[in-house]
Amino acid sequence: MPPGDQFAPQAPPRSREGWRRLRVLLPPLLVLVVTLLTAEILVRACKVPIYLAPPPSKVLKVLIDPDSTLFPSLAWTAVAAISGFVASVLVGVVLAILLSASPWVRRAFYPYTIFFQTVPIVAIAPLLVFWLNAGLVSVIVSAFIVSVFPVIANALAGLRSTEPALLDLFRLYRAGPVATLWKLRLPSALPSLITGLRVAGGLAVIGSVVSEFLVGGLNRRSGLGIQIVSGIKYGHTDVVFAAVVLASLLGLALFGAVNLIGWLLLRRWHASERESVN
Amino acid sequence: MTGLATGVGIEAQGVRRSFENGVVALESMSLTIAPGEFVAILGPSGSGKSTLLRLIAGLDRPQAGQIRLVQDGGLHSDDGIAYVLQDAHLLPWRNVLENVALPLELRHVDRAARQEAARVALENVRLGDALTRYPNQLSGGMRMRVSLARAMITQPRLLLLDEPFAALDEITRHHLDEQLRELWLARRMTVVFVTHSTAEAAFLAERAVVLSRRPGRVMEDRRIELPEARDGSLRGTPEFARETRFLYEALERGGA
Repeated sequence: MPPGDQFAPQAPPRSREGWRRLRVLLPPLLVLVVTLLTAEILVRACKVPIYLAPPPSKVLKVLIDPDSTLFPSLAWTAVAAISGFVASVLVGVVLAILLSASPWVRRAFYPYTIFFQTVPIVAIAPLLVFWLNAGLVSVIVSAFIVSVFPVIANALAGLRSTEPALLDLFRLYRAGPVATLWKLRLPSALPSLITGLRVAGGLAVIGSVVSEFLVGGLNRRSGLGIQIVSGIKYGHTDVVFAAVVLASLLGLALFGAVNLIGWLLLRRWHASERESVN
Repeated sequence: MTGLATGVGIEAQGVRRSFENGVVALESMSLTIAPGEFVAILGPSGSGKSTLLRLIAGLDRPQAGQIRLVQDGGLHSDDGIAYVLQDAHLLPWRNVLENVALPLELRHVDRAARQEAARVALENVRLGDALTRYPNQLSGGMRMRVSLARAMITQPRLLLLDEPFAALDEITRHHLDEQLRELWLARRMTVVFVTHSTAEAAFLAERAVVLSRRPGRVMEDRRIELPEARDGSLRGTPEFARETRFLYEALERGGA
């Protein structure tokens, strides 16, 4: 039997590898630097007042200030977003399993799960404060509500796309419903589930920040959302922009974490991850 | 694990199966297969061959008539059945060894025992050196051999194969046919092999059943008059050509 990797392409020399990476990174970096420089020059040249827009250098200054109150806020928002996200994953997967159990259950309940996607969180968040008091819990619940639907929808799609021939095989070997779920249906659903988690991570951050607009101010410990609100109120646009940058980075970090987990779980066997490695 | 597996017999009587779209796949189909027999089922597309296999496996029920599995004069439960399809249908997230061990894992055989059995089953299909590879790292022929090893690990008394090698190139297919024939000679389980190929049916089976176009009825039921020990050279003999020709003509009469 011939060795399987006989036709694998030769690894490029290291210097060419470095050059390839530079070619990927350089264009977006260049765009970033040029945009920031242009903004800096325009804001200074036109003497735009700070309560309208900050020069990028002031935003940067806020971001690198070690005493900034933004970092405790970031930690607070991160705790809320990650907790909401984890709750979405756990509840979403369990709900998807229940919904996939029978067509009848699916028909009866699936329309109501769409509620989670369509609910206007801005309207619900004050109610959550009212019901749950103005604390971390209501922020987490907001993050959960806006991020759970993509988990349910993608997990359900994945569970339902299990290959019928493999289900027959498990039936032939007398596998019970639990073994079939663990050893066949959940692994089959994994690629689709990971796709849902990528979307859910970003939504959890948005849900937290929006909820903090309404919740955080009532509490001594405040997240990025309340920093944005008070920054706008007092004309500190540099703080607003810095908070937005941090919220985006938090979303990116969650996205990256999901990608890492997806890569670890799927790299051996799923086309999506094998291609991204090459 | 039982000792040497012996085959179960199959008795199908007046079987009918139709589908919601109005297609009648099988109509008054009767067929008796003796324990330990190697039967090839030939027929044009849509002659109900796959439906028949699913019914025998107990994955589907007939609307009329009955199908019974018999062993030693009594009814046999359908525990010792293995099924191989045209696609290997391996679990892509498991390596070769874990894929082959799956049927024993589902029967709660402990880890060491099932992995040892999987190793032996893979040796038997000459894949002893690919244990830790994943399905996406294998060629089509190797995947099919893994599928065959997974089927054999339970030491089935009835092996059902639905055009298992149809998607492979001819050389690989011949090799696999020879390996399957060896497995049968060693174990003497009952084998029902569905195929489009008259040459494959003649090479493999002791008996060939030719079905007509839908709804499938038995057009021809013929004992293959070839020696028990068969290798590649058999394919060049006049006896082999005669058997193949006969089956071909029966297929034509059935409307293929």
